[in-house]
Amino acid sequence: MTETTTQPATAQPPTRVAVSRRWRKIGNLLTAYSFIAPNFIGFAVFTLGPIVFAFLLAFMHWDGNNPIEWAGLDNFFKLFRDRVFIASFWNTIIYTGATVPLTLVCALGLAILLNQQIFARNFFRTIAFFPYVASLIAVAVVWNMLFHPEFGPVNMVLYTLGVDPKDLPRWAAGKDWAMITVIMFSVWKNMGYFMVIYLAGLQGISAELYEAADIDGATAWQKFWRITLPQLGPTTFFVSVMLTITSFKVFDQVFMITQGGPGTSTMVLVYHIYNEAFVSWDLGYSSMVALVLFFLVLGITLIQFRLTRENEENLA
Amino acid sequence: MAGISLRKLRKTFGTLTVVHDIDLEIADKEFIILVGPSGCGKSTTLRMIAGLEDISSGDLVIGDTIVNDVPPKNRDIAMVFQNYALYPHMTVYKNMAFGLELRHSPREIIDKKVNEAAEILDIAHLLNRRPKALSGGQRQRVALGRAMVRSPAVFLLDEPLSNLDAKLRTAMRAEITKLHRKLDATFIYVTHDQVEAMTMADRIVVMKDGHIHQVDTPQALYDRPVNMFVAGFIGAPQMNFFPVAVARGGTSVRFGDRELPLPARLSEALPPGSADRACMLGLRPEHFHERLPVDVDPAMTAEMDMEVELAEPMGAELHLNGVLGGETVIARVSPRCQARAGDRITLIADLSSAHLFDKKTEAAFGN
Repeated sequence: MTETTTQPATAQPPTRVAVSRRWRKIGNLLTAYSFIAPNFIGFAVFTLGPIVFAFLLAFMHWDGNNPIEWAGLDNFFKLFRDRVFIASFWNTIIYTGATVPLTLVCALGLAILLNQQIFARNFFRTIAFFPYVASLIAVAVVWNMLFHPEFGPVNMVLYTLGVDPKDLPRWAAGKDWAMITVIMFSVWKNMGYFMVIYLAGLQGISAELYEAADIDGATAWQKFWRITLPQLGPTTFFVSVMLTITSFKVFDQVFMITQGGPGTSTMVLVYHIYNEAFVSWDLGYSSMVALVLFFLVLGITLIQFRLTRENEENLA
Repeated sequence: MAGISLRKLRKTFGTLTVVHDIDLEIADKEFIILVGPSGCGKSTTLRMIAGLEDISSGDLVIGDTIVNDVPPKNRDIAMVFQNYALYPHMTVYKNMAFGLELRHSPREIIDKKVNEAAEILDIAHLLNRRPKALSGGQRQRVALGRAMVRSPAVFLLDEPLSNLDAKLRTAMRAEITKLHRKLDATFIYVTHDQVEAMTMADRIVVMKDGHIHQVDTPQALYDRPVNMFVAGFIGAPQMNFFPVAVARGGTSVRFGDRELPLPARLSEALPPGSADRACMLGLRPEHFHERLPVDVDPAMTAEMDMEVELAEPMGAELHLNGVLGGETVIARVSPRCQARAGDRITLIADLSSAHLFDKKTEAAFGN
């Protein structure tokens, strides 16, 4: 610091320059806010508002028609008496517990397979990705036809393979098979999307690492466990978080294939929320179920973050 | 024990042949360097030796065994990659221990070998770090360490110093040379840097376009290049070439309107009937002098005028870039020389050290 650059420390009235600088700063801020305003207003009106409203509704009684009434913790205690809620809670956990690892393994398997130099690789990649982009309604109809208990080709094949007609799975119509059917459908529908993410992850792994491993003497299996899988850590984390969240929010697959049935065997939380809100018009209670779902997803995601952070830090 | 023979080794990618039937004998414990410009096939050759590339034809023999179809892990080799190829998710220790773990070596042996190598390479304090927390030079050492712990008979090094800064490169050059002596193993080293090749190798293999041009000791390559490519490639600044024609029955050459004497070594090597043969005369930068050196026969010199375009002081010497008889030339002179850009200076060319190449075939005479 030299004397010439040192400013006098005494307070002085704002000069014209200082005032105009302040106005320019405010102008800049306004310009910036005006750019994000359209998006933020849309978000506030259509997302943030309803979310806050739903939070409040969880402690209200409202049928959408009559005036809203304060309910206190009524809706909360109702959860424990509601057998459909308890069934849908566990069904959602089972669905997520099965769908996440299955989709993950299938997507990774497909990605590894379609990352090799195989014949018509792009064609097979498209085939694998297709279910994800295809209309859910269309593929669900086809799926229901394929897995129809009496006339579906899948059961016909099983029958010709010698399965006793009495033992043939009843798929979506059977109490024990309905959830499995929904899980299979979801895995098949979503694995193409996560395959693409895994493919990107695989292509990000330097080929030199595999060459170094070849020279170190690793077998294909050892290379997979010791190099591919650890290198895909961040990808697997992303995929598992996305999958968990979408699995907890499952609705459309259930709606198209089983409508929650038979009985409550495939009833899941979001389907229950839908029924309570728009079939029974108990908007307060359905908001309470939604609140439970929110904390469930939040809790699991936080745990995933905690578990993976260490692993993340270890990777370059 | 771990001598290596390349017998008519060829590599093709589709219709493109990148290595053309090369023959090379590498002695046990030799430090051999494959050098050449980008795309000359040196890395491909190394990768064939490593087993990372299939051999299109020919045989690769390590020891007494043809290893064409032997997987890399069974060839008793270790490799240091250009980008180090360290496993990012493993610590330095794990990186170095990985190969031994895969071979189910006992814990204590792994521990001992890793620590020994780390000690030699001065990376013992880094064993718990991950590669991303290391500098380029440290990563280089870890890559060397990973190769060392396996105690292979052959070390393959693919441009291992190309990612280091100039100072570190010079230091690592010396370290690798010492390491070779200490480890008592065969080193096959690929580089495009002729300085690395000259300073480290027992023998240098000069390659271009998938062919081996010359295999010899560094000094022999420098003194007796077999063709213009080798002459131009080895030596920095590179050799100067002048288009000349053979005159006076081979005792001199014509360069423009001047006649330059040829040493007997070259005139005797010219085949009969070489009168007027178009040749290239090669003179290294250090064979130009400001005044006649005492040990040079005056009859074997010629005074030549040079227009200096650029003077590069190197400290111990001065590089004069300019034009001499219409040809671009670099002369290496004493740093006391006062010539600067734009000056005209008379230099004495020492033709007793000249090289002569056939203009058409580019092959050297008299080597």
